[in-house]
Amino acid sequence: MKKLFILILLLTNAAFAGDAKPLADDPVIEARLKAMSSELRCLVCQNTTLADSTAPLAEDLRKEIRVQMRAGKSDQEVVDYLVARYGDFVRYRPPVNNETALLWFGPFLLLLIGGFVLFRVLKKHAGSDDIQGEDA
Amino acid sequence: MKRTAKFLIPLALFLIAVGFLFKGLFLDPHEVPSPLVGKPAPAFTAPLLSDSGNSFNTADMKGKVWLLNVWASWCVACREEHPVLVAIAKTGIVDTYGLDYKDTDLEAQAVIDENGNPYKQIATDIDGKIGIDYGVYGVPETYVIDKKGIIRYKQIGPITEEAFFSKILPLVKELQK
Amino acid sequence: MIPELGHYSLILAFFFAIVQGTLPLIGVWRNNKRLANLAVPAARTQFLFIAIAFLSLEYAFYTDDFSVLYVASTSNSHLPLMYKLAALWGGHEGSMLLWVSILGLWTMAVTLFAKALPDSFRIRLIAVMGMVSMGFLAFIIFTSSPFERLIPAALDGRDLNPLLQDPGMVFHPPVLYMGYVGFSVAFAFAIAALLDGKLDITWARWTRPWTTVAWVFLTLGIAFGSKWAYYELGWGGWWFWDAVENASFMPWLVGTALIHSLAVTEKRDAFKVWTVLLSICAFSLSLLGTFLVRSGVLTSVHAFATDPRRGVFILLYLVVVIGGALLLFALRAPKVGLGEKFDVVSRESMLLANNVVLAAAAGSVLLGTMYPLLMDALGAGKISVGPPYFDAVFVAIMAPGLFLMGLGPLAKWKKASLPEIGTRLRVAAVISVVSAVLVPFVMGKITLMLVVGVFMGIWVTSTTLILLRNRIVARQDTTPNLVDNLKGIPLAFYGMLLAHLGIGVFVLGVTLVKGYESEQDLRMDKNDVAKIGNLDFKFDGVAKIQGPNYESAQGTFTVTSNGKEMAVLHPEKRFYPVQGSVMTEADIKPGLVKDLYISLGEPLEEGAWSVRIYIKPFVQWIWAGAILMALGGFCALADKRYRIRNKKTDQDLKAGEPQEAHEAYSA
Repeated sequence: MKKLFILILLLTNAAFAGDAKPLADDPVIEARLKAMSSELRCLVCQNTTLADSTAPLAEDLRKEIRVQMRAGKSDQEVVDYLVARYGDFVRYRPPVNNETALLWFGPFLLLLIGGFVLFRVLKKHAGSDDIQGEDA
Repeated sequence: MKRTAKFLIPLALFLIAVGFLFKGLFLDPHEVPSPLVGKPAPAFTAPLLSDSGNSFNTADMKGKVWLLNVWASWCVACREEHPVLVAIAKTGIVDTYGLDYKDTDLEAQAVIDENGNPYKQIATDIDGKIGIDYGVYGVPETYVIDKKGIIRYKQIGPITEEAFFSKILPLVKELQK
Repeated sequence: MIPELGHYSLILAFFFAIVQGTLPLIGVWRNNKRLANLAVPAARTQFLFIAIAFLSLEYAFYTDDFSVLYVASTSNSHLPLMYKLAALWGGHEGSMLLWVSILGLWTMAVTLFAKALPDSFRIRLIAVMGMVSMGFLAFIIFTSSPFERLIPAALDGRDLNPLLQDPGMVFHPPVLYMGYVGFSVAFAFAIAALLDGKLDITWARWTRPWTTVAWVFLTLGIAFGSKWAYYELGWGGWWFWDAVENASFMPWLVGTALIHSLAVTEKRDAFKVWTVLLSICAFSLSLLGTFLVRSGVLTSVHAFATDPRRGVFILLYLVVVIGGALLLFALRAPKVGLGEKFDVVSRESMLLANNVVLAAAAGSVLLGTMYPLLMDALGAGKISVGPPYFDAVFVAIMAPGLFLMGLGPLAKWKKASLPEIGTRLRVAAVISVVSAVLVPFVMGKITLMLVVGVFMGIWVTSTTLILLRNRIVARQDTTPNLVDNLKGIPLAFYGMLLAHLGIGVFVLGVTLVKGYESEQDLRMDKNDVAKIGNLDFKFDGVAKIQGPNYESAQGTFTVTSNGKEMAVLHPEKRFYPVQGSVMTEADIKPGLVKDLYISLGEPLEEGAWSVRIYIKPFVQWIWAGAILMALGGFCALADKRYRIRNKKTDQDLKAGEPQEAHEAYSA
C-alpha cells in the first residue's frame, strides 16, 4: 500500500514537472519554415527576416507557408508563390539573372582584374634579376 | 595623356555613384512595387460587411473599370484617405469597392457610419488571405482594375487628391474608353 | 540659457573652422608665416567651442530640459542617468554633434602629437581637417541643430528608444565614431602630401600610427556593435549585413588594406599612388556611410528620421570633399615615382595581393549595399540584398586572402622563393587539413562551409604560431635564454601576431557557431524541463518586476548538467510605457566553448510561456578575435623603437639624409 502511494506520488510529481513540448506540431515542417523564412524579408518592418519578425503579416505568411508545406509544396514552389505576390523584394538572396549578373559576378571580376593588374605591375616593377631576398 | 587618364578612374566612378545617390534621394526604398500590375486580379468571393449572407465576387466586375481599396478600421492612414474616397465617389466617375482587411464587422461598420460610405460594396477579409493574394503589406492600398480584370496600377499608402488627379483619374478615363 | 550658449558656441566653432581650413593654406602658399601659424590656435579654439556645445547639450540632458526639442524627443525624466547622457547620440542631431566633437578631438590630437612634422606639412594637414570640420558644422547649424527650442516645453520627454537603453549604447557609438572619423587623419595626411607634392617614405611613416589608432577603435567599435546586437535583439544574431553595419565595415576593410600597403610604401617607397588612394577611400567610405544612414536612400534598422534637404546637403559635401580629393589625386598621382624594386614573389607582393583581396571584398560589400538603389534608380525593380548574398560572395572572396595570410609573413622581403615558403609551412598545412576533416567529423556534421572554415581558421592560427617559433629559433644563437629572446622581439612583431591570431580565432568562431548552433522553440509550463544534449533547462516561472522606466516579466531558468547547477538565467519581457514598446531581453550564460541563450517569447494559456533556447558554440570567439586584433594594433603602437625612430626620422629629415628602412615594422 505504501509502495503504491509512493508510486502515485512519483507519477503525479513527474507529470507536474513535465518535459517542455516543442511549440510546433511538426518539427520537420518547422525546420523547413525556419530555413526558408530566414532568407525572406519581412515586408512590414523591412529589416528583419520573415523568421524573426513579429509583425502580424509575417505571422500570417508563416501560417500560409506552413499550410502550403503541409499540402506537399516544395520550397521552390512556396518561394515562387511569395515572389508572385510581393516581387523579388521578399528574397534576401536575389535571383541570378541579367540584371543581377553584375551583383553576383562583379566582385569576382574585380578580384580577377585586380590580381591581373597587380601581376602586370609587379612584373614591370621587378625588372631585374639581381634582387636579393631579405630576412624579416 | 594616357597616363593621366587612368588616374581619373576613381573620380569617374565616384561621380557615377553620386548620380545614383542623388536619384536615390527622391525614391522611397520602403515602397515595394507590385508584380501583379499588368496581371489578372486574383479572383475571390467574400462575404459583404455587415451582410455576411451576401457576397462580393470579382467575376461580377467584368466589363467595368473599378478601384479596389484595401482598408481597415484600425488603420490610421485610412482615416486620412477616407474623405478623398468619399469625394471620388461623389464625382461618379469610377466605383470604389472596399476590402475590409483583418477587421471586425462591428468596428468597420462604425467607421462607415461615422464618416460616410464611399464604397459601392465592401467585401471582408477577416483572416487576411485575400490580402496575401493581392500582395498587400500595409493598408491602405488601392488597385485600379480594368474591364478585363487586369490590375493596371497599385497605389501604396493613402490616395491623396494629388495622386488621384495626376495618376488614377487619367488612367481610369483611358481604360474606360 | 545654456542651450543658447551651446548653439552660439557651435557657430563660433564654425567660424574658427573656416579660419583653420582656409587662411593657413593661403599662408603656406604665399609664404606668409602669420597666416600659416593660425592653424594650430584656430584648431584648438575650434575644439574648445565644440566641447562647450557638447557639454551644453549634455547639461540639457542631465537637467531634463524638455524645452529643447532634441532632448524632449530622445530622453525622459525616468531614464537612468547613464542613458540620459548617452541619449545625446540617440538621434540624428546629437549624433552629428558627436561626430564633429570626435573630429575636433582628433584635430586636437594632431596639434598635440604631430609636432615633429615639417611645418608646411603640418599646417596643411590641420587645414584639411579644418575643411572637413567646416562642412559638418555647417550641416549641423543649417539643417540639424540639436539646440532648437520647443515652445511650450514638453512636460516630459518621448524617451530614448528602448532598443538603445543598453550599456552598449554608452560605448558603441563613441568608439565606432573614433574609428571612422579617425580615418580623417589619414585622409588629411594624404591630401597634405598631394598638395605638398611630396609623397615619400616619411609620409607613409607618419600616417601609419594614426591609421593604426583609428583602425583599433573601428575594430572595437564594430565588435561592440555586434555584441550588442547579439544580446539585445533577442534572436542571437550578431551580424545582419544591414546597410549601416556595412557602412562601418567597408572603411574597416579598406583601413586594413591601408595598414598593409603602408608597410610596403614605408619599406620600399613603392606603390605610393595606391596607398594614397586607399587613404582617401577609407575616409570617403566613412563619409558615404554617414550619407547612407542620414539620407534615407536605403532602408536600415538604424535609419534616422529623414529629410531630403539633409540628404542633398551631405551629398554636396561628399562631392566637394571626396570629389575634390580624387581630383587632386588625378592631378598629382601621375608625377609620383615608382620607388625601389622587388620581386614578383616577395613579402611586398604578398602584402599587395592581400590588398587586392581586401579591396575586392570591400567592393562586394559596397556593391551589395548599393545594388538595390542602383536597380531602383534605373527603374529595374526592387530587390533585396541580404545575408545569403554576402555570406556567399564575401566569404568566397576572402578565402584566398586568408590563405595568403599564412604565406605572406613567412616570405622574405624583396625576393622570396615559393618552395622555401612551402617547406616552412608543411606542418601548418598538415595540421589544418587534419583539423578540417577531424573537427566536423567529431562534431557529427560536415558541410563544405565547415571544412573550409575550420581549415582557414586553423591555417591562419598555426602559420602565425610557426612565425613566432621561427623568429625565436632564428635568434637562439645570439640569445639562448628564452625569456630574453622573447623580450628582444619587437612589440610591433607581437602586434602583427596578435592581430593575425585574432583573425584565426574569429574565423573559427564564425564557422563553428554557424555550423553547430541549435535553436529550440518550446512551450514551457512552470517547472517544465527542457533537455538539450546533456543540459536540463528548468523553468521556475515568471515574476513581475518594476524597473525605473519599464515593467518586466522576468523568467527564471535553472540550467543543470547531470544534476550539477551550471547557471541561473533571467530572460525578461519588458514593457516601456512611454513609447508603448515591448522588448525581449534575452539572458545569456557565456562560455569559452558555448553560450546558453534563452529568450522569453509570449505568455500562453495557464501560465505557460513560449521559450526559445539557443546553444551557440564558440560564439564568444568572434569577439575574442576582434579584441585580439585590437590588442595587436595597440602592441604595434606601443613599440618603443617606433617612437624613437620617429624622433630620429625627424632629425634625418631636417638633415636631409637618406633613411634606413624601419626595423620594427618590417616585422
